[in-house]
Formats: sequence, structure tokens, C-alpha cells
Amino acid sequence: MNSLFPSIVSRSQSSGLMNFFVPIISIVLTLITGSIIFVLLGFDPVYALYTFFISPISSTYGISELFVKATPLALIAIGLSYCFKNNIYNIGAEGQLTMGAIFGGGIGILFHDTNAFWLLPLMIFAGAIGGALWGLIPAILKTKFNTNEILTSLMLVYVSLFILDYLVVGPWKDPFGYSFPKSRPFSESGRMPLLFDGLRVHFGLIITLFLIFVSWFIFSKTIFGFQLKVSGYSPKAARYAGFNQTTLVFFAFAICGAFAGIAGLAEVSGPIGLLYRDISPNYGFTAIIVAFLGRLHPIGIIFASLVIALTYLGAEDAQLFLQIPSAVGFIFQGLVLFYLLGAELLINYKLTYKKLL
Amino acid sequence: MSDTILNIENITKSFPRVIANKKVTFDIKKNAVHAILGENGAGKSTLVKILYGLLEPDEGNIKLNNKDFKVNSPAEARKQGIGMVFQHFSLFDSLSVKENLILGIDEKMSYLDLENKLENISSRYNLPLDLDAPITALSAGEKQRVEIVRILLQDPQILIMDEPTSVLTPQEVESLFVTLNALVKEGRTILYITHKLEEVISICDTVTIMRSGEIIDTSSTANQTAKTLATKMLGQKLDDLKTNYEHIKDEVNFEVKNISCDFNDPFLTDLKNITFQVRVGEIYGIAGVAGNGQSELMDILTGENINIKSGSITFDNKKIEKYGPQKRRDLSISFVPENRLGHSAVPELSLSENILLSQFPKNNFIKNGIILKNNVDDFANNVINEFKVITPGNDAKASSLSGGNLQKYVIGREISSKPKILIISHPTWGIDAGAEHSIRESLIELSQNGTSIIVISQDLDELIEITHKISVIYDGNLSKPFKTSEIEIEKLGLLMGGKNE
Repeated sequence: MNSLFPSIVSRSQSSGLMNFFVPIISIVLTLITGSIIFVLLGFDPVYALYTFFISPISSTYGISELFVKATPLALIAIGLSYCFKNNIYNIGAEGQLTMGAIFGGGIGILFHDTNAFWLLPLMIFAGAIGGALWGLIPAILKTKFNTNEILTSLMLVYVSLFILDYLVVGPWKDPFGYSFPKSRPFSESGRMPLLFDGLRVHFGLIITLFLIFVSWFIFSKTIFGFQLKVSGYSPKAARYAGFNQTTLVFFAFAICGAFAGIAGLAEVSGPIGLLYRDISPNYGFTAIIVAFLGRLHPIGIIFASLVIALTYLGAEDAQLFLQIPSAVGFIFQGLVLFYLLGAELLINYKLTYKKLL
Repeated sequence: MSDTILNIENITKSFPRVIANKKVTFDIKKNAVHAILGENGAGKSTLVKILYGLLEPDEGNIKLNNKDFKVNSPAEARKQGIGMVFQHFSLFDSLSVKENLILGIDEKMSYLDLENKLENISSRYNLPLDLDAPITALSAGEKQRVEIVRILLQDPQILIMDEPTSVLTPQEVESLFVTLNALVKEGRTILYITHKLEEVISICDTVTIMRSGEIIDTSSTANQTAKTLATKMLGQKLDDLKTNYEHIKDEVNFEVKNISCDFNDPFLTDLKNITFQVRVGEIYGIAGVAGNGQSELMDILTGENINIKSGSITFDNKKIEKYGPQKRRDLSISFVPENRLGHSAVPELSLSENILLSQFPKNNFIKNGIILKNNVDDFANNVINEFKVITPGNDAKASSLSGGNLQKYVIGREISSKPKILIISHPTWGIDAGAEHSIRESLIELSQNGTSIIVISQDLDELIEITHKISVIYDGNLSKPFKTSEIEIEKLGLLMGGKNE
């Protein structure tokens, strides 16, 4: 006879299979918990889940919207993997995104009446610089003063949001905007080209896929990717190998910041077209979930970004058709992260039923 | 008197890749010191962990005093009368001896009761302890005493000791043996895990020899010699190693002069005026008990720490004390720190990937920042074949190798690049006798081909076996060198204990 409750036994080697299944397990558990919540709220769980997860992507427009939302998530998440692989907990991607939007958007506002082929590339470049510079602040604080990057990068998010706030109500306010807190619209050549007529999915998707491919190459083929990995697994081994860990911290933050900055610029020059207060529905924070759900692997991150993007769309539909607050979307994101962290245990441990005598 | 206390019958335990214990069957007699002798990976630790409730056997029975014995945790094992002292101490460094003792016992006890009981234990078993001293202030031998007392407070019938002498000075070993004898006289049983043959003969009554998870022999130690035990343990005959001085050149190629280093850290040992010279082809040994500045010195020799207060390191007429590890490797200096997992190798990475941790100018591993995987794989395969590393392949994770195999691999990686000098810390720490032998052989061979070697080790036997000169490090001071062939063990033992007259 077996005992009623399983006991946790450590595996002699971490399970590759579980590495793959953990994200799937956590999504399934999230769906089950979600249905229970829907039932408690008095909805038919099948209909609610359908409204949440199926109906948003049952049209071409819906699928295009899914990619619009997934683009910044995937781009930031792949940037975050540079940090997370190196065991640096940069959780300030939202701030780096905002700074990218300010730098790139600033160029767009400066040249609001210029139409030239170089404008968008210049804005993208400025966005990357803005994000990278903002990312370098916690890097300097960490390497020079040994501060905790979790705190500094997080606090810098709020600083950047206030800077944006100041700009759009102050110096960068649209003179023809009836005092609304927003900037001038960018010129036509300062906008991300649309990929299909009538759909909002834009060129940022191509940039994202390209950078994901580049990152895959860096992670798996270059000595730089190797150094990031070693330094993350074991700082002592990295020191033994003679890798310069300060440089690695700088690069990881700068690359992550640049990617988040490009994501921010892609948002303002893509679907939005100008600067205003709420340019991002917490993409920078949600991308942390995407990065871990995708297990810091480029392919995984692509799938994870689609899953999490769906929670954004589902929340909108749920609000529309079920009159549930859109915060339900955040509940689903939270549940995924919760189960993900819990299920990680299965990679290094297994459950067994002990035999009773 | 010769009652059996523990019957181990047909214990089998398998892990995904290996069978660690194969139908292990033997009896342990009451009131005796019973040795379990075997290489690493022979299955000693697995067996002991089963006895102590850390692992569950797949098959088999254990009987304690003729009653079925089955425990799921160390706490249960202790309750049934089995205690264990691990090789690595599990004490809270910042707490006092008394606090550690209170924390370590399962039942509730007041300080007063503890002190009474303790006085009794201390005097009966030759285990003096200063209750209020913080653990950091204690030597390895004293820490071990705390561990033993902690277990004795729970009055165990059987005491398992895992490699108890590995960190002790010769004098401390003597005093441990007095304690063990006192315990046995009282009717307790000691299960003594070791790889030191002399100890088996001098202190143990019975010995069980394990090899590849199986019991080879259980017999009285009365008519055994170190040689017969070693043959049974290894299943092959060991060649005798001899120190050979002929190939050493007079030219000094590595010189450390007056290195001093302050850390301002109670957990680290400051280095004081360290000076020594190594000649071409010479193996220079640095002996000493752990925690006397060895790892601090190692960091300075490898360049992982370049913040020295004063002094210089000269190699091939270049001042290198400010060079980092990679710059030193560029000069053909290679190093193997003590810790395999997470220092000289990354357990999560494959064997191939681990090659990249240590690159020499001759290696053609990287072009324009891109890893040339074929070259790395070839190098890895070469190391695996040449140094007889047992592994499914170069893509196996470093963590999947046994300690001895991984150490052979790491040392093979360094030796394959034919360095001019190899700096190595504890080359055979915690590995089996077979791997130990082959590593020592390859170090000697390397020195005969003109490589200078610095070996930092706590294992005196090892240093005497392979080195040409030995100094002792004690509290950050390095003694003058002694020629190994003329050395007296007692003299070294005294120096290691800090007595220099």
C-alpha cells in the first residue's frame, strides 16, 4: 500500500523532460484555477474561457492584435534573458522601455515635419541608446557600489515615468493639443510601417524576430554568450576563467536596456504615433514572466510571448462581453508565474509515493 | 561480546545511471570499530546514507539488534541509536559551541542539563570543549569534537564517521583515536568510513571492502597489511612511486617574494611575507591544515585576487603579481583550484563547454568571438581518452561525473596544453584511490617533462609521494622548504600544528 501523500525526492540529475513540461504544466494549472475563479464569479467556465482565450484570436484582426501585443513582450523578454542568464535581476525593463520611447520619440517630435527615409532608423537607434543608458545606471551602481540591482532598476522605472510625465505636460506638449498631456504626432516616415493593410501589426515584429535570431546565435555560438552563462551558473568559475564580470554586467544591462528601448520606441512609433503618459500596459514587467515562461530560450520566449499576449486580449474581451474587470488578465499572468515557480521544483525533484509497510 | 548489532542484507540501491549498491550484505559486530574501505563511487556513501535515513534502499533489509530497522530521516535514525559525523562539518560558524550543541539535538534540553551531560562526556571520552568559544575560533579538530559531542549527547549505539581524519593534524588524529577507543570500551560501535589504509589497520577491528557497489570482502584486520587491503580495494596492483630528483634544473622559473596580504575579514587568513622559489621541473608542495591561508594563497597565485599589500611574483623574468588569470594563462601558467564543482568546472555545463574555461594561446577555440565547436570537442575527446575519464561522451554534464573522473578531466584539460608551470590545490581531494593514483602519476610525468608544479595539499602522504620539496603553511606564514626525501613526519606535524622551535 502506498502512502496518501507523495514525498519529494531529489533527482540525481535535473530532468530535461521536465524542463520542457514545466511551462505546459503551469499553463494547464492556470486554466484550471481560472475556471474555478470563473465559476465562483457565477459564469459558465467553458464560455468564460472561450471568451478569454479563443474568441480574441478567432479573426484575422484578433491575430494581428495578438502579434502587436506579443512583439514588445518578446523583444523585452529576450533582452532580459541576457541579464537573467547572468543571474542579474534587472526588473526595470519598464523604465528602459520608457526611456527608449523618450529618446526615440524625442527625435520623432524634433523632426515632426520631416519626411525622410533616415528618420525611423534614427529613432530606433536613439531608442536603443536611451534604453541602454538607463540600463547602465543600475549596472554602474551594482559594479561600483555593490548595490542590489533589483531595487535600483525598479526605482528607476518610476523616475523614468515621471520624466515622461513632465515632458508630455511640459516642454513637449502638443501646441495644438488643447492642453491634453500628449506630444505632437510623429511624421509619416517616423512611424513603423504596417505589414498588412488594415491591420495594426507592424515592422517592429520583424525587428523583434531578427533580434531573437541574433540572440539565439549569441547565446549558443559565441564566447560572449558562454561567458554570460558561466558567470550566471558560477561566478567563481567565471573568475577562474578570467572573464571580466564587470564588463559582463555592463553588457547584459546595456543590451537588455537597448532591446527594451527599441520595444518602447516601436510602441510609440507603431500603434500609438506620439508620446503620452500611458505608452505601455506594464510590458516591461510582464516580460519578466514571458522570459521565465520561455525558460530564457529564444523559441520558448516566442511561444510564451504569444500566451501572455493572449491574456491581455482576453482581459479586454472579458471586460466587454462578461463585464469582468480587465484586471482578470493580470490574475492570469500572476497565476502563470505562480505555478511556473512552483513547478520548477519538478526539474530537480520528483514526487514519489513511499510504500507503507 | 561478539554479538551482531547490525545486519545488512541484500541492500540494493540504483540511480538512473548506476547501481550504487548491489546486494550489499554484511554484519557489523557490537563493540568494535568496523571500517568500510573503498574508492569513491564504490558505494560507501550511498550505504551510509541509507543507514542514516537520507536515502531509501530499493531492496533489502537492515536489522538493528535483530529488529527490522527502517528510517526515513536522520532524526529517526538518531532516535533509533545511529549517529553520524560527516566529513564536512555542519556547524553554524557565527554561533558558539554551546549554541551549536543545543541546536543540533532533537529533544528539548536546558543549558544546565547540557552542561552537566557535557562534563560527563568530555571527561569520559577525552573531548575537551570550550562551550563559549565561537565556532570560527576553532581548529578543524575542535570542530570535529563539537560534532562528535553533539551526536554523543543523544547516546547513540552506532556512530558513523565519514573520513574523520582528512582535516586533522597527526596529533589531532592520535587524540581522536583515544576517543574512539573509549567509545568502544563503553560498548558502542563505530562504523569508520575511510580510504586511509594505515588507519584501518591501526584502529579498526573488522574491515568491509567495497568496489563498484559490491562487497569484496569482510574480514578481521588482524592479518592484513596496507598492501593487501589496497589490492582488494582497487582490484589491481599499484606501482610504487618514487621521487626522482635528476630531471630538475637549477634554473628558478617561478619566484614568490615577500607576499603579504591583509583581508580585514575574520573568515580569511592574512598572508605574511610568503616567499618561495620553484625550479624548472620541480614539484613544490605546500602542506598545512585547512584554513591556514591555503585558499588565500591560491587566489593570489592564480591571479583571481590581485590586491596584495606588498611583494612580487616573478615568472620567466616577468613581474606577474598584477596579472589576472587569463594574462597568466597567456604566459603558459595553468591552475586547478581545490573545488571542482563551481570553480574549476561548471557542473551545469557539458564536458566540452568546460574546456572553454581555461584557454591557452595555442588552443584554437575561438575565432572572431565565435566558438569553434569542432576544435573544442576534439580537445575534450582527447582529454577523455588520454586521461581515461569514464563518461558517456563529451556532451555529458560535468555534474554527472564522479569526483575522481571530473578531477581527472579538469587536470587533463590543464596538462594537455603543456603548461610551463601548473599550480594545483588539493589534486586528489575526495576522490577514489584509482583516480588518485593516476593523477599523481600524471603530475610526476609532467614534471619530468620540464613543467614546474606547485601543489597545495592537506594530504601529507600525497605530498611525500610526489613532491621534491615541502613547506608548511601555518596561520599565513610559510616555513622554509624541506627536501622531501630527507623529511621527518614528526617535524612536519609540529609545523602544521604551529610549533616551530
